[in-house]
Amino acid sequence: MSASSAFIDEKGGSASEPEYGHDPASGGIFSSDYKRHDDLKEMLDSNKDSLKLEAMKRIVAMIARGKNASDLFPAVVKNVACKNIEVKKLVYVYLVRYAEEQQDLALLSISTFQRGLKDPNQLIRASALRVLSSIRVTIIVPIMMLAIKEAASDMSPYVRKTAAHAIPKLHSLDPDQKDQLIEVIEKLLADKTTLVAGSVVMAFEEVCPDRIDLIHKNYRKLCNLLIDVEEWGQVVIINMLTRYARTQFLNPNINESLLEENSEKAFYASDDEEEEDKKDEVAPLAKRKPYVMDPDHRLLLRNTKPLLQSRNAAVVMAVAQLYFHLAPKAEVGIIAKALVRLMRSHSEVQYVVLQNVATMSIKRRGMFEPYLKSFYIRSTDPTQIKILKLEVLTNLANETNISTILREFQTYIKSMDKDFVAASIQAIGRCATNIGEVRDTCLNGLVQLLSNRDELVVAESVVVIKKLLQMQPEQHSDIIKHMAKLIDNIQVPMARASILWLIGEYCEHVPKIAPDVLRNMAKTFTNEEDIVKLQIINLAAKLYLTNSKQTKLLTQYVLNLAKYDQNYDIRDRARFIRQLIVPTDKSGALSKYAKKLFLALKPAPVLESTFKDRDHFQLGSLSHLLNAKAGGYQELPDWPESAPDPSVRNVEIPDWSKCTSRKDRKEKKAEKPFYSDSDGESGPTESADSESDSGSGSESASASDESGSGSESGEETESEEEEEDEEEEKKKKRKKHLDKTKAKKPVEESTESEQSSGSEERKRGRKAVKNQKSASESESESESSESGDESEDESEEESESDTDIRKKKTPVSKQPPKQSKKESKKETQEMSLLDLDDFEPAPASAPVTPVNFMSSSLVSDLEGLSLTDTILAPTTITPSGSIKMYELLHRITGEGLAVEYCFSRQPFSPDPNMVAVQIQFTNNTNSETKNLHIEEPRLQCGMRIREFAEIDVLSAGESVTVVMGIDFCDSTQAANFQLCTHTRKFFASIQPPVGELMTPVFLTENDFKKEQGKLMGMNEISEKLTLGEKCVNEHVIVERVTATANLSRVPCGSDKECRFAGKTVSSGCLVLVTVSTKEGGRAQLTVNCEKMLIGTMLVKDIMQALSQ
Amino acid sequence: MIHSLFLINTAGDLFLEKHWKSVISRSVCDYFFEAREKAVEPDNVPPVIPTPHHYLITIYREKIFFVSVIQTEVPPLFVIEFLHRVAETFQDYFGECSETTIKDNVVIVYELLEEMLDNGFPLATESNILKELIRPPTILRSMVNTITGSSNVGETLPTGQLSSIPWRRAGVKYTNNEAYFDVVEEIDAILDKSGTTVFAEIQGVIDACVKLSGMPDLTLSFMNPRLLDDVSFHPCVRYKRWESERVISFIPPDGNFQLMSYHISAQNLVAIPIYVKQNISFFETGSSGRLDITVGPKQTMGKTVECLVVTIHMPKVVLSANLNATQGTYNYDPVTKILLWDIGKLNPQKLPNLKGSLSLQSGAPKPEENPSLNIDLKIQQLAISGLKVNRLDMYGEKYKPFKGVKYVTKAGKFQVRT
Repeated sequence: MSASSAFIDEKGGSASEPEYGHDPASGGIFSSDYKRHDDLKEMLDSNKDSLKLEAMKRIVAMIARGKNASDLFPAVVKNVACKNIEVKKLVYVYLVRYAEEQQDLALLSISTFQRGLKDPNQLIRASALRVLSSIRVTIIVPIMMLAIKEAASDMSPYVRKTAAHAIPKLHSLDPDQKDQLIEVIEKLLADKTTLVAGSVVMAFEEVCPDRIDLIHKNYRKLCNLLIDVEEWGQVVIINMLTRYARTQFLNPNINESLLEENSEKAFYASDDEEEEDKKDEVAPLAKRKPYVMDPDHRLLLRNTKPLLQSRNAAVVMAVAQLYFHLAPKAEVGIIAKALVRLMRSHSEVQYVVLQNVATMSIKRRGMFEPYLKSFYIRSTDPTQIKILKLEVLTNLANETNISTILREFQTYIKSMDKDFVAASIQAIGRCATNIGEVRDTCLNGLVQLLSNRDELVVAESVVVIKKLLQMQPEQHSDIIKHMAKLIDNIQVPMARASILWLIGEYCEHVPKIAPDVLRNMAKTFTNEEDIVKLQIINLAAKLYLTNSKQTKLLTQYVLNLAKYDQNYDIRDRARFIRQLIVPTDKSGALSKYAKKLFLALKPAPVLESTFKDRDHFQLGSLSHLLNAKAGGYQELPDWPESAPDPSVRNVEIPDWSKCTSRKDRKEKKAEKPFYSDSDGESGPTESADSESDSGSGSESASASDESGSGSESGEETESEEEEEDEEEEKKKKRKKHLDKTKAKKPVEESTESEQSSGSEERKRGRKAVKNQKSASESESESESSESGDESEDESEEESESDTDIRKKKTPVSKQPPKQSKKESKKETQEMSLLDLDDFEPAPASAPVTPVNFMSSSLVSDLEGLSLTDTILAPTTITPSGSIKMYELLHRITGEGLAVEYCFSRQPFSPDPNMVAVQIQFTNNTNSETKNLHIEEPRLQCGMRIREFAEIDVLSAGESVTVVMGIDFCDSTQAANFQLCTHTRKFFASIQPPVGELMTPVFLTENDFKKEQGKLMGMNEISEKLTLGEKCVNEHVIVERVTATANLSRVPCGSDKECRFAGKTVSSGCLVLVTVSTKEGGRAQLTVNCEKMLIGTMLVKDIMQALSQ
Repeated sequence: MIHSLFLINTAGDLFLEKHWKSVISRSVCDYFFEAREKAVEPDNVPPVIPTPHHYLITIYREKIFFVSVIQTEVPPLFVIEFLHRVAETFQDYFGECSETTIKDNVVIVYELLEEMLDNGFPLATESNILKELIRPPTILRSMVNTITGSSNVGETLPTGQLSSIPWRRAGVKYTNNEAYFDVVEEIDAILDKSGTTVFAEIQGVIDACVKLSGMPDLTLSFMNPRLLDDVSFHPCVRYKRWESERVISFIPPDGNFQLMSYHISAQNLVAIPIYVKQNISFFETGSSGRLDITVGPKQTMGKTVECLVVTIHMPKVVLSANLNATQGTYNYDPVTKILLWDIGKLNPQKLPNLKGSLSLQSGAPKPEENPSLNIDLKIQQLAISGLKVNRLDMYGEKYKPFKGVKYVTKAGKFQVRT
């Protein structure tokens, strides 16, 4: 080693920093090291950052070369607070490397990190925590613990990720902290960002892999997030979920094991979809006790499947092992293609993949059969790869392909790589034992090899032939004779031993040759290897028993030679055999049975793959590769006999209500139509039913008009949630309804597609247009069923406070955003109690809500993952009352009846082409007003109106709110009508602002662009504008735009752009708005809309809103 | 997970070490050296070596062994894949991943390793993120840095780290917006003695060099996507779009990256562009042999075959070769026993031929087997599978990018058995 380090020194000196000339630290002048370090110390103490940096660079170069730089610790640690970020980083590197050795001095730096933990810059907070937790100094364990706890609730997900990373560090430093750390893990597991997920599962695996109970509540979330987690996290999560699933679900192959082998094989040939179908057909026939896959089990399989296309081999392998261990047999086949693809990768990857393929191919041979040729061996493959490929080829051999494989093997035998040739011969032997038809062919081939010039080849052949002959020795006495002749030429001990054993074992078949062989061997006995000597003794003994006349003396001679052998084994054996076979007066009872002992019929050896039964290790693991348990390996549990309670994965906290409901719904959908005969309907299904029933019941109890908006509000509430995926969740739901309507479709498939499409959409922000259409269709088609489901979510959410109120007060629930504290919820609840008879709470507060949701969901968009609860609180962003009330009838003209209206921005459920107008009547007189209704609408051509139900009585001082629908035909023409009371008629007119003629559409960024691309030219209106003073940031812009027009925000990768999408209520034309901000408060507004008039007007309105 | 990393060159010198947890003595590498000695060829070093207390997982790349030390159970592919990612990052940063460049940039290497792993678990491996954290060295920058004392280290958290598209950095600006795609296909084939195809398949990759400002959203579509049997994508590609529409839709990373790799299904007959007529024989007496190889075009779709090289690993007993090439040059290295015949462009009118005698070690028995031929070739402007890019559309940005697609066919593992 010293030689090599000297070499490094030489090179390193010239290499590391050429611009600084000679690098003193690595100059190879050991004697002056101390002096040189003085030089570095000086540089570190100087005021110039550049000198410090230079010094640190040299020190790091020393560390990299493995040289000791620990004596510089005091000088370096002083610079921990250096302003220059690169110096600081290098100091960190140094500190982490040497802190363990210099614990006391390291403590000097702690306060800097503690300060860093409070820094407003998330990068600094994170790196402070990173270094603090990497310093392995036991004294600071409490500080670390505190820091981790604090960082775990940091608002930046990056810091939280760092906290997750810090957990295993602290755990390895002080295992006593385990309990506290588990608490932190539990907390971080609930984190909804993809950034944290991988890291915290990693921490979980290191600290408490057995606490499977912590996963229950997060299981579905992890499954859904999986595709967006970074690749390394995916590997860890998938491996963990494999273990989890093994404890929680039933073996999907439980019934198939009862099936015959043949029928199973039939599945493999077909491709995925067919397989699935077939399986579904066959399954009910075959099972006695019907197996129903837990929907969560299905969820896992479905969400991991697309990851087979990952570029990361580790991810592909992780998914492959998950499918191997968890999927029904019929579905495992899909992994073969991906694994074969990995074989194109680096040879190390090939090596690991082949190991796993070898194990898999024993259990599921059919899976890889179509790819047989991919395992053909090239002369340029490394030996270890060759041998593994051979293993796989052998495993794949069957009656149909054996001739091709044997032809391949023949070319391999000629290879120059002798280890490989030996392995090939063994492989031929294995094929011969496994497939009876080719046994003779193989044997003949091997016998031909006996005349090979290479001794190794011959020897290996002999060994294999010996094993083959044992199966049917009678027919092959000529081969035995042939081999007996070979003994003179073959020098390889193992082969010689094999031949001798063969002759001894079957000496009856070669009665003439055997004694002669023994005679020859006796001559050379002393020069033989030990194993050969043992076999000579064996041969002698056997011949003595069968043919003592000819061999008695020879045997005596051999035994005498053996008696004085150097090896004690041989001496022992000789003594033992002599006692057994040579009758003396003292010989015991055993000698009678000597013949039986020696010439008993021996069972033929079974040539087995070394990979047999390796699959009790989790595939893809280190332990599997080594075929030995590695430290920290978590045993893959066996399937449970009966499924543990699946309801543990239900999440009942409000934030996740929709998660539960989704699951319930899925169960409803996935199981009922399909397995309706099964009695395995689980609890959650029923509860879901009842829940949704009560939900829709409540809807019908309220006025029919309201149900739509009520349900919608439930939906809106969801959209507020921090997670972006809420939107997509909704789409999913809608789609599900759509599916429900056409329930005849095979459910498995449809759910699969939507599930995966949903998760894709979530972050990548994309969606096939088709999907989108179906989503919007379903919105209208299945409005009623939707409302049922929405309300179910909402009811869950509300059940916390007061379930009774919910019935009338559905719209209220939209008000408190999830994140806001309970109090706010209570507040609204109280309000609703007061207005129990009314439809809506006082309009002053109620109509605000849609904007609230809008903006808060926008906030989440804006803030992306770094969102925290505090920021989310909608009040900070939206001034209340931003929904404008318009006057329909003034108190004075209306003779005491005041009528106001606003555009509630809820879909008008009875007719989706209508704009919902919320009208509030207030009776300011002292007497009752009766029979409030609408008459004689005078409308422009094509416009329609749907009146509210007549209000029978409006008592004095009371007010009431109703909703009516108007189809404005996408124009801003006023709708005129007469408002009648029991005494009078008032002329009234409602003119909508252009922004109210649209309804939000949820588009992904991609779709947005696509749609925008279609609406170019005349349909695009673009204006430059100067933003108003208050439009300082995105929040304000978003808020202003959404206040002006009923649009939804489209996620956007750039922070300079805000995009919005909607469609006109009546004709469903898309309205796309883009606001891109530029420097100096300038901005560009672009509106794309097929209806140019609407576009122009919208541009005007938004311009006005933004430039205020 | 990954405890430590040692870089070792082919001479067995350990020239860099990095520890992410407690320091592990470099003596642990002795187990590696042992295995290295046993393996003879560097390729044959087992990727996983168990030692009493640790496990060594090794990759061999660019004449460097990346030896990582593992203490507990971890998926071996996880480590292997990561080590390759490290090597790729070095390549990306320094142009090549070699001992010299690593030694020259040891501080940046160290900073990179520090960012890529935290406590042995990967932290930032996306090249775009790393480049924002630690800027790659350029001559200009190192000069500026020396003068101004500014650093190579970014001060803010890279935007990619938090965004939903971690592979792309924000605020990219180019004066010339361009996007180039190289469709590179490799033919993997085994031909037997008589020239019949034992096994052939096509593996392709699409390499992209995208230099586009802002946040472009690209869609690449093919004329004949059905050809593609198995695909794997860069994380930026929307898999769902591919599933449903067979188009590749993505927001590209900035710079060079591999967009996808694919496999042409084995059912499709693979066009083999050349044929090889060969006759290699060793005589029983006289310790000599004859060699006669002719290469000719077969299915080249009217394109010229270029960069044609035939490599033969001769048996150990072959001492020298006395040959005559009608085209190109040949070279026999008696140490590595590799005969290399560099033909260059294949001329269909006048087929290149290599002919002559081989002299063997006297007294040694004649080799059992004839060596197999490895062929290397290149065909420009042709994707042998017939795959064609239909169009590339860009959304999300206003400017008009310059677009280009290039097709190349190469020989992958193309072997002729003799």
